[in-house]
Amino acid sequence: MDLQAIAFYLLAAVTVISGFLVITARNPVHSVLFLIMAFFTAAGLFVMLGAEFLAMLLIVVYVGAVAVLFLFVVMMLDVDFTQLREGFARYLPIGMVVGGVLSVEMVMVAITVAANGAAGKNAAPAAPVADLPNAEAIGRVLYTDYIYFFQAAGLVLLVAMIGAIVLTLRHRPGVRRQNIGDQVARTPASGMKIVQIKSGEGLSE
Amino acid sequence: MTIGLAHYLAVAAILFTIGVLGIFVNRKNIIVILMSIELILLAVNINLVAFSVYLHDVVGQIFAMFVLTVAAAEAAVGLAILVTFFRNRGDIAVDDASMMKG
Repeated sequence: MDLQAIAFYLLAAVTVISGFLVITARNPVHSVLFLIMAFFTAAGLFVMLGAEFLAMLLIVVYVGAVAVLFLFVVMMLDVDFTQLREGFARYLPIGMVVGGVLSVEMVMVAITVAANGAAGKNAAPAAPVADLPNAEAIGRVLYTDYIYFFQAAGLVLLVAMIGAIVLTLRHRPGVRRQNIGDQVARTPASGMKIVQIKSGEGLSE
Repeated sequence: MTIGLAHYLAVAAILFTIGVLGIFVNRKNIIVILMSIELILLAVNINLVAFSVYLHDVVGQIFAMFVLTVAAAEAAVGLAILVTFFRNRGDIAVDDASMMKG
């Protein structure tokens, strides 16, 4: 067994086990941490395939942003998570049956496609070309043929950002805020009052 | 024994199944359901990248990138909806969320 096979089986096993622990962990914080581990090892699989750019993208986008967002929300919401786990044992048998059937079917399809499909005929993965790294190969296609799709992806992210802000923005009543316009518009006439006080009487106001 | 396309496709298939199973067994916990969707999209990405590499066509990786974009947007909006739901209801039990049922 060569080094490549050992690395693949290690990464694949860690990915699958941490994926399983995501859905079975009692504490959702642990689920998020196992999700991070699954994405990390999947990035390792991408590197083994020769897709370094997507591997780094996976780490930056998922481990850096999405998983931290999940962690933030899980820790922010004060929820009784044990109550949310009711029904876990009830749905487990039917889930196992459906999952088992689905898994067997898809693995069989995968083996058949790999043996007989168009991709299977290219037995060896694409040898990394020395003068064209993976990121450059992606860029050459992405910024020419797929430029409109790239712009549309940016638009999707913009809409998602605005949507998330609109959904979570809240103006609480009764919170005193700084009004810079009022402060700037203040003049000595409106900000100061001169009162003449007779001696011995004091100010009653 | 060399590692071929079938190995990567099998890992992706197992990961996809785990994601579907996660939606089945965690019916009440919407945070874990969202994480299961992320797992499903990761399995799809592994498939796309594996086929892209073995077909010597970089377009698969570009499509995987767009899937990544949509998954990030989906997670952000989903969690925002979750936070708003929690603020209004005080819990996140999704099987009680039938207000809009006709």
